[in-house]
Amino acid sequence: MTLRGGDLGEGNLPAGLPEPVDAADRTRVGVDDWVAQAEERRAARTGFTGHVVTAWERVPAPGRLAVLIGPFAIFPLITNEGNLYRYGLITLIYALLALGLNVVVGFAGLLDLGYVAFFGFGAYLYGIMASGHSGHHLEAVIAIPIVVVSTALLGLLLGLTSWRLLGDYLAIVTLFFLQAFVIFVNNANGGINDFSYPFVGKVDLTGGANGLDQIDPLNLFGYHLTTTKQYYFFTLISLTLLMTMLYFVNGSRTGRAWRALREDPLAAEVMSIPVNRLKLLAFMFGAATAGFSGTIFGAVQSGAFPGDYDVGLLITIYAIVILGGLGSIGGVVIGALVVNGAPELLRSSANARFLFYGVLLLALFVAMRPWYKPVVVLVGTIAFGFALHGIASAVWSRGTAGHIEGGGSLGRALEHWVLLPSNTGRIAGWAYFALIVAALVLTLVRGWWRVVLLIPTLYLASFVWENKLVEQVSGATRLILLGTLLVVIMNVRPSGIFGTSRVEIV
Amino acid sequence: MNWSLFFGELVSGLTLGSIYALIALGYTMVYGILKLLNFAHGDVYMIGAFVGFFILEWLGGPLSPVVTGWLAVAIMFAVAMLVCGGLGVGIERFAYRPLRDAPRIAPLISALGVSIFLQNSALLLWGPQFRDYNTFDLIGVKSYSIGNNFYISNVQILTISVSIGLTIVLALVVSRTRTGKAMRATSFDRDAAEMMGISIDRVISFTFFLGSALAAAGGVMFGLVFGQIFSLMGFTAGLKGFTAAVVGGIGSIPGAVLGGFLIGLTEAFATGYLPGGSVYANLYVFALLIVMFLIRPTGLLGSPVIQKV
Repeated sequence: MTLRGGDLGEGNLPAGLPEPVDAADRTRVGVDDWVAQAEERRAARTGFTGHVVTAWERVPAPGRLAVLIGPFAIFPLITNEGNLYRYGLITLIYALLALGLNVVVGFAGLLDLGYVAFFGFGAYLYGIMASGHSGHHLEAVIAIPIVVVSTALLGLLLGLTSWRLLGDYLAIVTLFFLQAFVIFVNNANGGINDFSYPFVGKVDLTGGANGLDQIDPLNLFGYHLTTTKQYYFFTLISLTLLMTMLYFVNGSRTGRAWRALREDPLAAEVMSIPVNRLKLLAFMFGAATAGFSGTIFGAVQSGAFPGDYDVGLLITIYAIVILGGLGSIGGVVIGALVVNGAPELLRSSANARFLFYGVLLLALFVAMRPWYKPVVVLVGTIAFGFALHGIASAVWSRGTAGHIEGGGSLGRALEHWVLLPSNTGRIAGWAYFALIVAALVLTLVRGWWRVVLLIPTLYLASFVWENKLVEQVSGATRLILLGTLLVVIMNVRPSGIFGTSRVEIV
Repeated sequence: MNWSLFFGELVSGLTLGSIYALIALGYTMVYGILKLLNFAHGDVYMIGAFVGFFILEWLGGPLSPVVTGWLAVAIMFAVAMLVCGGLGVGIERFAYRPLRDAPRIAPLISALGVSIFLQNSALLLWGPQFRDYNTFDLIGVKSYSIGNNFYISNVQILTISVSIGLTIVLALVVSRTRTGKAMRATSFDRDAAEMMGISIDRVISFTFFLGSALAAAGGVMFGLVFGQIFSLMGFTAGLKGFTAAVVGGIGSIPGAVLGGFLIGLTEAFATGYLPGGSVYANLYVFALLIVMFLIRPTGLLGSPVIQKV
């Protein structure tokens, strides 16, 4: 429904009075052209990506769901490799987890940094109710509803703080909540320093730093999920159901109210939207989803360990949601594939190398226009590397004495190009600093200066990668790259890659 | 009552509190001017501690420094504060400035990214192991006593007095100098200040410099008092520093100091007296934060915010 200024009061003017002077402009009162045309501008996407996005949006919703979920369903028919299954399963669990976070952050705009605690809470609660560690063996059919309801209640409690706190304050309280959760599960083993609870005394709840082991497999009406394949399909079905549900929620009254809350809480409240209730609802929904995925994760791992539910996972899930676009349901699945798929490839240094140089090349050719600039950079970098390597092998023999880690055909080729000092320690550390500085300076210069500076920077990047970063690909390096990704995406596209950009009214 | 336990916790609470106060000052100034929660602040503190350590190594190590112990400590403070001040300015320039007009959530996520970046860079370059300041050998720890139960060491006196001294200097800078006036104006109304000819970018950079330098001083102090530093120490300390800033009333300089001491004392007394305190002290600090939010969301010395539409 559109309401035009002209519809109001027309014909009610007393006869004989002259027409108001702004009669011609009546319909424009209170309408900001730029804001009003936002939808059209969004629709009028141009270029190749524009066509893809337009075509994508023309597909009906069930079709879109099938495109996103279909490959996951076919995937087990193609391959039978155990490890790949596990990657797929973890990716699905992360997608499920990110969907829940998307409701809290993407729909309702509440920055919940304690989200991972609910995931851990779900795993631990299921472990307490059904594991060899605790001695109870509840059926999953009963345990899952209990977990979902209790995490939702916990979410309600944490959400209560959101009544009085805005943005940053809420972020810090929830982050502290996560920290408190980690401290609690690390110590609640009934040991000498633990609490003595009223009525029951000291209880070994979580197994402390060693974690809660021997968690039962999910038991659905007597049907035990034991293999990775069964978990894979169970999670896939849950994900499909949740995505369908969120699709409808997004278009519903509640979904629209959430978006209003995200865009401007004050305006939403003035429009008589029950802001507080909606905040709690978002928190509860997110928490319940996290608790449910935590249950699956605990059962898959057959254990719950305090190190799994820490800030590292939080960053991963945030990277998924932001990469997929805040508020975009399908984007989350793609985000999970990218963010979880990349580190799995990063596990072996030979694969990681392909990924690293591949991404560098891709970024170079996507970001630089016109076409000949990246070509100049590429040729320049290769020539620069060979020249430097040639000089170094003549005057600084230690500089080329090292060997590349992991090997492979690309690795052997690189040994003739990148400097590999035999004792890297200190040099690589300084090179890392230099790389950070060079990358930052790059953002400040323009035009051909950037091209010229990019050549040594790229060489430096591969030097640091081969000598330092590749040592810890699945640990610190992964988180460094994710952290950089968050900063870069926020600076380039604050709404995330697949998110729609917001319209700000000033 | 066990007075020796009481005074022991009191002194350690004041020492901890003075470190938290220094961290809280950085949070409170940045928040006052940019309304931004600088998640990376705790990691700047960690890097300050490491810079101090490397300067100490460069001076010949704690066992045989080339200069006398106290001079070494002074150099450590000075260099760490300068380096981290520069780091803070850099973080602001590259991670926050482009986002100054973006939706509120964007700089927060960017700050989270910077924090995880710094923390893991430290992990990559310096490893997870502890580094030892060896304060005993460096300046010779002496303990003074008043009466039978009250003991305080010279390092603790140093920490508390340096922290109070830096706070006074900061308060003078903010209240008496031209730059301080510009900072106050910017914090009050950024657009109006810009129209009055104040260079907003320079004021914000200066604020980040001051805040980060104070955090670095806190990091070096932590190393001196507790002897050991490690690459993951920034996260929890940052959280508590922010808690201190909030409890004291964010945006208020005396409030940050008050909050810092309150958090430090809470932690120390919770460790000594409350059930499970030795491992759950942080849980009690969290409880304090929640209670504070329920009773007085603007903090002890904060003024209520009136939102204009």
